[in-house]
Amino acid sequence: MQRLNKTCCAGLVAVLAMLYALPAESLERFPPPDFESGFVFPEVTKPGPRPQLLEYLDVSVLIGALSLAAYLGIRKRSRTGLAVLGVFSLAYFGLWRRGCICPVGAIQNVALSLSDGGYVLPLSVAAFFFLPLFFALLFGRVFCSSVCPLGAIQDVVVLKPLRLPMWLEHSLGVLPYLYLGTAVVVTMATGRFMICRLDPYVGFFRLSGRLAMLITGGILLVAGVFVGRIYCRFICPYGAILRIFSIVSKWHVRIGPRDCVACTLCEDACPYNAILKPSGESAPGGIAGRALLARLIILLPLLMLAGYIHGKRLGPVLSKMHPRVRLAEQLWVEEERNARVRSDQTLAFIEQGGVPKELFGEALLLKSKNESWGRLLGLWAGAVTGLKLISLSLRRRREGYTPDRAKCVSCGRCFSSCPQHRAERRGLLPVERSVPDGS
Amino acid sequence: MPDDERRLTRRELLHSAVRGAALVGAGAALGVFSGRGSAGEYVWQIDPDKCMQCGRCATECVLSPSAVKCVHAFAMCGYCEFCTGYFEPELNGLNTGAENLLCPTGALQRSFVEDPYYKYVIDEDLCMGCARCAKGCRMFGNGSLFMQIRHDRCLNCNQCSIAAACPAGAVMRVPADSPYMLRGGDAAPE
Repeated sequence: MQRLNKTCCAGLVAVLAMLYALPAESLERFPPPDFESGFVFPEVTKPGPRPQLLEYLDVSVLIGALSLAAYLGIRKRSRTGLAVLGVFSLAYFGLWRRGCICPVGAIQNVALSLSDGGYVLPLSVAAFFFLPLFFALLFGRVFCSSVCPLGAIQDVVVLKPLRLPMWLEHSLGVLPYLYLGTAVVVTMATGRFMICRLDPYVGFFRLSGRLAMLITGGILLVAGVFVGRIYCRFICPYGAILRIFSIVSKWHVRIGPRDCVACTLCEDACPYNAILKPSGESAPGGIAGRALLARLIILLPLLMLAGYIHGKRLGPVLSKMHPRVRLAEQLWVEEERNARVRSDQTLAFIEQGGVPKELFGEALLLKSKNESWGRLLGLWAGAVTGLKLISLSLRRRREGYTPDRAKCVSCGRCFSSCPQHRAERRGLLPVERSVPDGS
Repeated sequence: MPDDERRLTRRELLHSAVRGAALVGAGAALGVFSGRGSAGEYVWQIDPDKCMQCGRCATECVLSPSAVKCVHAFAMCGYCEFCTGYFEPELNGLNTGAENLLCPTGALQRSFVEDPYYKYVIDEDLCMGCARCAKGCRMFGNGSLFMQIRHDRCLNCNQCSIAAACPAGAVMRVPADSPYMLRGGDAAPE
């Protein structure tokens, strides 16, 4: 028996050696047998993806949550309500839906559908991208307050918020705009979704993920105990769009229900540095202020020009991220060195019948295209920096305490610090029912 | 202070104008996007003709075990006794001892049909998507064992992390209404 097996094995090896000489394309080397026992081929199972209907359910939940957040924040003025809604959103969009699709990531789908003709933006993704924008134009950043799972997971850990110095707050506040520009350019130039790859919290939603992702998320969450909503304030690229839209929104949450009497009690209520003090004596205008503003306005095009010129240097960085360019460079190195051991990338390329010359030509074209993308990104960075400087030099007269509409995430933490709000809640004042608009 | 009031209204007017423009712009963009064609979703799938069975599917998926499983096109299989997707290339003996089998988890199982044919099936709960069987089948056999993303498991991440790591560019977005790329003429929708 032992010997028989040995013979069998030897025979098998010989057959294999013979077959190995055949080209890999020739499949059906062993045609299916004609079974005498009446054996029928089993069906190949094809379990379907999540039904389309459920995608529309997600969109409905999003609309419902956004409307509820706007109602709770602006009309009802209920911090508790917003917190409960936040926990719901964390559970639904985060833990249940595992964080995908989210409006932050949808930026890239929109960008991809602009650059890649073969990719049509699915309707539910479009809804996830545009609905919070519409709501921001009407009600401010109600999406951030308690609908975004990324915001919600950070909002629940804000326990001991420290006040960041304003210079740091303003400098870091530029990052979301730069990240937005970078992510859009990277998606359009390379087809890669860097926001999803660098999302620190999605690992917690999926309860698994790359170690680096989980560690980054953990560090940010721990830091988030002391510096509230780090991702929202200094990273989130979608927040960058929402900020602009929130500035011009029709309605917005207010600190107190009535006209501010500047009692200063809300001054430290915001963990996100988003409460503006009355302008007081530091009045706007003045010759010096205007001269500075004029200089900054002249500086803006210069910064953009500098960005455009130096942005060319970002081209190679983008090329490094592009799969085709990387493949071409790998292949080039291997051809140059006459490598005997090929990498998986080049093996696959050769197996798929790729022509190296064509690939090299394609890579050269992509490299020059990426330089243009780099220039565009430089232009954007220059514009962001210049506009930030201009916005810092603008002084506005403010009578009372107001939320900074760009930074305010409508979380409602300041409500209870306002004595008028507390008086209304205790029935000492009639409840102000008119929903004020404007600032 | 009349001057102050005028300033306020000017800013309000500016804000309304910007808001109106943004509303119209976003609405138009949404209209353009939804009018550009089918509104269907995409899912991720592996093109088995591009796949080179490198084994990254087992490790790169955000799920553990991976949502990529080996799929068997039964109509293409040769039902061999000496299956090169089932046995190690260098056997100690022609028996189903674990040291002779390619599959590290025992997910590829066989049953006797009739002499000398065996049927090979995959236990998806055990399969971890390492593609060793698919590689063996592709190299020396019919290629009836191949890798597919199983949509009952896949989370359909916006950016598939396997797609980002695949050296062959085999992982791609496909329309959700035909979510599989099966070998052997079985690709037609049910």
